[in-house]
Amino acid sequence: MPRETPPQRPWIRVTLTTSIVAILLCLILISLSIGVIETSLADLFSQAADGEGLLLLSRLPRTLATLLAGASLAVAGFILQTLVQNRFVEPATVGTADSAALGLIGVSIVLPDAGIFSKMLVGSLAAFVGALGFLALVKRLPRTQPLLVPLCGIFYGGVISSVATFLAYENDLMQYIGIWMNGEFSGVLQGRYELLWASGLIALAGYAYADKFTIAGLGRDTASGLGLNYSQTIHLGLAIVAMVTAFTVITVGMLPFVGLVVPNIVSRFVGDNSRKVLPLVALVGGTFVLGSDILGRVLRFPYEIPAGAIFGVIGTFVFLWLLLARPSRA
Amino acid sequence: MPDKRLIFLFLSALAACLAFMLVGARGSWDFLLVFRGTKLLTLIAISVAVAVATILFQTLSANRILTPSIMGLDALYVLLQTILVFVLGGAGLASLSAEVKFLASFLLLMFASVLLFGVLLNRQREDLFRLLLIGVIFGILFRSVSALISRLIDPSEFMILQGELFASFNKTNTSLLAISALMIGLCCIVVWRRRRVLDVMALGRETAIGLGVDTGRELFIGLVIVSALVATSTALVGPVGFFGLLVSALAYELMKTSGHGPVFIAAALISITIIVGGQTLFERVLHMGATLSVVIEFLGGITFLLIVFRKYKA
Amino acid sequence: MIDIQNVTYHHGRSLILDDVSLRLKKGGITALVGPNGAGKSTLFALMARLLPLQSGSIRFDEMEVGKTGTQSLARKLAILRQEANVASRITVRDLVGFGRFPHHQGRASEADEAFVQKSLHEFDLASIADRFIDELSGGQRQRALVAMAFAQDTDYLLLDEPLNNLDMYFARSLMQQLRALADAYGKTIVIVLHEINYASGHADEIIALKQGRVALQAPPESFMTAENLFAIYGMDVQVETFGNRKIALHQV
Ligand SMILES: Nc1ncnc2c1ncn2[C@@H]1O[C@H](COP(=O)(O)OP(=O)(O)O)[C@@H](O)[C@H]1O
Ligand SMILES: [Mg+2]
Repeated sequence: MPRETPPQRPWIRVTLTTSIVAILLCLILISLSIGVIETSLADLFSQAADGEGLLLLSRLPRTLATLLAGASLAVAGFILQTLVQNRFVEPATVGTADSAALGLIGVSIVLPDAGIFSKMLVGSLAAFVGALGFLALVKRLPRTQPLLVPLCGIFYGGVISSVATFLAYENDLMQYIGIWMNGEFSGVLQGRYELLWASGLIALAGYAYADKFTIAGLGRDTASGLGLNYSQTIHLGLAIVAMVTAFTVITVGMLPFVGLVVPNIVSRFVGDNSRKVLPLVALVGGTFVLGSDILGRVLRFPYEIPAGAIFGVIGTFVFLWLLLARPSRA
Repeated sequence: MPDKRLIFLFLSALAACLAFMLVGARGSWDFLLVFRGTKLLTLIAISVAVAVATILFQTLSANRILTPSIMGLDALYVLLQTILVFVLGGAGLASLSAEVKFLASFLLLMFASVLLFGVLLNRQREDLFRLLLIGVIFGILFRSVSALISRLIDPSEFMILQGELFASFNKTNTSLLAISALMIGLCCIVVWRRRRVLDVMALGRETAIGLGVDTGRELFIGLVIVSALVATSTALVGPVGFFGLLVSALAYELMKTSGHGPVFIAAALISITIIVGGQTLFERVLHMGATLSVVIEFLGGITFLLIVFRKYKA
Repeated sequence: MIDIQNVTYHHGRSLILDDVSLRLKKGGITALVGPNGAGKSTLFALMARLLPLQSGSIRFDEMEVGKTGTQSLARKLAILRQEANVASRITVRDLVGFGRFPHHQGRASEADEAFVQKSLHEFDLASIADRFIDELSGGQRQRALVAMAFAQDTDYLLLDEPLNNLDMYFARSLMQQLRALADAYGKTIVIVLHEINYASGHADEIIALKQGRVALQAPPESFMTAENLFAIYGMDVQVETFGNRKIALHQV
């Protein structure tokens, strides 16, 4: 990867965390209070029956969904970057999301009546295989060219996605591609987003293994030397990334660049110690995505702009800035 | 005595064109000739445009992986069109003729690309992968900004935009054929006359300067031509994705030389064969008209990975 | 005559060349020596307009770099870069042929073809003329590049470490060829050398660059002293006289 470690100044992390929490709380309140049906915050929290119904049925689920999706994608991005030892990779740019979509298309063609659970399973499995394939590709690239990794990832993803598009086109499933690949939270209602809790839990599990992922990222030899079961750890990490990606794709659609931008920004401020960084990564991820969602809701009120479209623009800007601002060691 | 390979390529392009005109032809020839003929001309025009633009761009950037599309140039054209709709509004745009809109977008594209790539190619050319990644991300940025702006546009005006932008190999936009053909023809003449200077440019910047080539000027002329070709081909059939990469890789593989004369001809003929032949196959034989671009996307992506892995093994 | 006046060059903030002024007379071989990073390649790049001048001026006879059209300069001087790599996949014959480009702008005449043929022979490349550049050994490629610079048929030749990758035989024969060119055609050849004894044995004059400054400019007899070499390279070297040449025993 190697991220440079800024001087250890604990107060930075504390101040940063506090201010992000404060921003997040504000955003949550805003998110709960805006929408086509006007409600004041007071209404939401009063006992008025429709206010409560709206809150529980739609506003709260939507807010939670954005937070969960943002946080778990950011964590997944961090894990992937650690495993691949490259700061420019994330599920949407290395074909993991496209593989998940391909799996979902496949299962929709073969078993049109499959339940959500089996779809999930196939989607996650496909994402996992896709991630394994990417890792196999990366191994064959020279380590001296770190930028080749995201580049090949993008093209690898493009190849997979063209297969998915082809299948979808020939089977009249194109609208799904649109839904899965474009993250959007307007359809989130109670009962339609709960899978994201699972995604959040999985990301949390990633936290427990954070140190092991860091060691595995150093390569098979180093990791084995330190007594780590290398392939098991890699597979576990990829499984976490794959599941988070697949769950997000199927519930709200893919949000590209969250997993890339957030860890990079956070590590600029607080360095790379994964234990310390990961909670902040999750927090910032949730905040960014919630912010984009709110922006999408107010920018062209009463129409909505998908959070994915907003974040796509912000994310690419940040990515370009990362590329242009740094000297050629990625 | 032309090269045997070029003769073979010419025959295959010719066969593709004949097949396009003849396969499944039913009904009045007067109608068919006009209808299919126009479409065939459009496909040939963009084939040539994409082939020439790609080879030229690769020479200017001194490598064989970059293409205007990969570097986001056609996405930039789409973005400029979107911005035009956004600024002028659907009504304002409807009052302009297709030619005026096209020329406006082309001039903007030329300006933007000379600015963008002039700087990028001058500054970052030693670091190919950084340049490439920056280009790819710029492409994604242009696409996402277009998507965002098109969401901001009134839905009814968005319909106008869609009509303008959603051309494809399958549904070509023939209203601009005459002006496009003219423009592509002009570009080809200019490029052909400069082919020997391009050979020198391909040796690398320092060698070219040493041999007395004004590389800054050549870069500028080249970028203007690439912009013109990309603008025309995007206006006619929309973004072409990896198609250019596929064509240039095949042309260089087949010709085994860097001489721009034969390579330009080979690339144009290969391009015609793939697009016209592919369209005949997919539309008339397999009845899967809309999926040719997806298949090209697939093949182009694989080509990219193959080139990279062959050249940069760990 | 090459006339370099007050050339200073910065890379970002670091000073690479510090007020370099030099005069090289027309005809003959001048060797440019100095430790790695002294600024020799940078000076060459400025002389050959590969880098823009920041201050000072450089002239080849009546032609001032930066004020003369790049095409005319290409007929006045040829340069071989230190890390010359050829981006395109071409044969040795084509590569050498490009050396004639400044003269014919792409339309080679028979005289041009003949000159290419002569260059190929001159540098022992006739047998590999139709091989591709990327299939050659480092030394063969180096000779092809020198032949290309020769084919440019200019009054001035700037060669940056042309002996790289050459074996003993070709290194000496290249130096002898350059000597012959200088003597027979009156060419002015400036050549960056790391092996000081080639400079001593073949050059008319030696210039030492150190940390971006001219440290010494002298004919070989007076240049080759233990004190001078110590001042330039910071190492103790014994200098012996063999016949009419001075040889530094620095390998041991
Ligand atoms: N692109 C560059 N960026 C920064 N410094 C450079 C660059 N190129 C050369 N330099 C520096 O300029 C100095 C002179 O380099 P160079 O002219 O190549 O020396 P020489 O050819 O004498 O070995 C060196 O210190 C080198 O580090
Ligand atoms: Mg040097």
